[in-house]
Amino acid sequence: MKSILEIQGLSKKFRISHETAPYLNIRDAMLNMFKRERTTREDFWALKDVSFEVRPGESMGIIGRNGAGKSTLLKILSKITPPTSGRILGRGRIASLLEVGTGFHPELTGRENIYLNGSILGMKKREMDSRFDEIVAFAGTEKFLDTPLKHYSSGMQLRLAFAVAAFLEPEILVIDEVLAVGDAEFQRKCLGKMEDVSRSGRTILFVSHNMAAITRLCSRAIQLDAGKIVSSGTSSEVAQHYLNHNDQALAGFAGVTTMPRDTTKPIRKIELLCNGNIMGTMHMDCSMEIRVHFHADEPLDAPVLGVIIKDSQQVPLLGINNKHYTGALVTQPVSKGYISVLIKHLPLFDGHYSLDFYFGNAFKDIEVLHDACRFAVEPVAFSVSGEMPDKGLNKFFIKDVTWSLKSDAT
Amino acid sequence: MEKSDYSFEIKPRQTFSINLKELLDYKELFYYFTWRDIKVKYRQTFLGVLWAMLQPLMMMTIFTLFIGRSFGIPSDQMSYPVFAYSGLILWFVFASGLSNAGNSMITNAQMIKKIYFPRLIIPLSSILVSVFDFAVAFLPFIPMLLYFDQPVSLMAALWCWPAGILLTMVGSFGPGCLLAALNIKYRDFRYVIPFLIQVLLFVTPVIYPMTIVPGKWLQYILALNPMYGAITVFRLPMTPVSPDATLLLISVVSSMVWLIIGLGYFRKTESYFADLA
Repeated sequence: MKSILEIQGLSKKFRISHETAPYLNIRDAMLNMFKRERTTREDFWALKDVSFEVRPGESMGIIGRNGAGKSTLLKILSKITPPTSGRILGRGRIASLLEVGTGFHPELTGRENIYLNGSILGMKKREMDSRFDEIVAFAGTEKFLDTPLKHYSSGMQLRLAFAVAAFLEPEILVIDEVLAVGDAEFQRKCLGKMEDVSRSGRTILFVSHNMAAITRLCSRAIQLDAGKIVSSGTSSEVAQHYLNHNDQALAGFAGVTTMPRDTTKPIRKIELLCNGNIMGTMHMDCSMEIRVHFHADEPLDAPVLGVIIKDSQQVPLLGINNKHYTGALVTQPVSKGYISVLIKHLPLFDGHYSLDFYFGNAFKDIEVLHDACRFAVEPVAFSVSGEMPDKGLNKFFIKDVTWSLKSDAT
Repeated sequence: MEKSDYSFEIKPRQTFSINLKELLDYKELFYYFTWRDIKVKYRQTFLGVLWAMLQPLMMMTIFTLFIGRSFGIPSDQMSYPVFAYSGLILWFVFASGLSNAGNSMITNAQMIKKIYFPRLIIPLSSILVSVFDFAVAFLPFIPMLLYFDQPVSLMAALWCWPAGILLTMVGSFGPGCLLAALNIKYRDFRYVIPFLIQVLLFVTPVIYPMTIVPGKWLQYILALNPMYGAITVFRLPMTPVSPDATLLLISVVSSMVWLIIGLGYFRKTESYFADLA
């Protein structure tokens, strides 16, 4: 069978100029003309000679750490940005979902947004007309069809956005993991819908950090690292390789992760401290501190840090942000410093974990880092008995539990 | 290889082309963008589309009272309110078209980064929104002609009015595309655009006729403005004064040159918009 998608020697180069914004102003451009030495520029290969093929009806997973080139690959596949060299041959209608609800407008009604969004995703009005009722039923927003979107709850907006996307019927569907947002019930619905799509014989390219989702949805997968394919094969093989590979990376981890110098992103450095010492290894019940150093372009009046702790299977265990606890962290806008998260009694069992960070201002995410750093937890008995609860049953341990027995004296 | 209708190829940036066929494929999206912008523009306003005629009407009143009466500015032997209004409604198309098209890439940056479509349809739909406003503002123009007893050559109007609005569209689309593309790379243009429009109003014969400009050379320079031609052609059916053909030609040619520069630069740089936005 002919492959439906051929990616041949695809490369993409970005030019990074240090300490300048990604967009320029004329003053800089003019100054640069006269300067003998221009701003230090560096070529950065987001993708380097990537080749693979996808057969019709196959679902292909793409995994890799942050900055491995996954998003760039998706953007090239979606024609949003051109490759520097190489080419892609496709033999079918392609649609890509890098986010749901692209182009949603708060002032337009639900009905109007369905048509607008569908059109942006490449559906014809005829197709929209014939599927309109199904879309509305799937979203469950019949009653609010003529209400402006700004009066919808964020959950309803998400459902409506996903419903439109779910009724796309291209031969090749490119999906980014951002789709797997929302509550657990909604995630289940999304994954279920994607399974339907792949069973109906269409081809899917799916990018995710979630190994469970990749192995469940995809038959094959490739792993990208620093713009190159480092492993490919069945999705479970590649997922295993990814997890093992990360364990190796962990062995040398000393508790500090410095971010690549990209001045558009505020997070600069992440430090992990175990009982006050910078370390890459925690132990059960220790006092764990996470310090996220940031340097933002503009002062932030309400910095928010969200932390997600995930286990070695990439399953989230804990997701918290400062709004859940203290609310505002500062009274004056701040542009530089670090946010410290102190977990006094780390309730994690021994094993490997990774951290996602959501850094933002008020309600707006400025930077999202998946698997920004990993850490190990070593086993330490937390109770006088020295025995441990069954790890198969428990995700966390609760130290502060009082057991007692009152006998009924007869 | 069997070629299906939907086979595609993604390569490094192709050579320059307008790719009209692709634009036609996306005509529905173009329609939706225009429709969205018109809807959103007048959502939650009490007067709604009436604003499109109120603005030039109020400006006309002010100019008639203060400029036309007080300074006795001539008006190519037309009634001054008609003279001012006919200039203003075209001027509004140009000003809002240029400004919206120039900022359109920034306004739609989120979408540009997430989905592909021919980028050209965004500035194009911005211009069309302004033309919609023109259609509304044109409605009181006819009763106004009757009220002020303005003689009109109907035969000339049949081709001059459409030609005037067409020249306005072309005249704002070219520079609009150029500004949109520049704006995404150099955000300075966000501040340049309002300033530019303000300056252009003074050097465009909207509220005064070209005949009061002293010196042939200064007139030649002012005629480089695409709007000079558009407004002059639009006023042709209503004035006995015949315009200077050279000036008219300069303006139309200038309009075309801007269109080529604007479209060319836009097409040349558009594939990198998503990286810069």
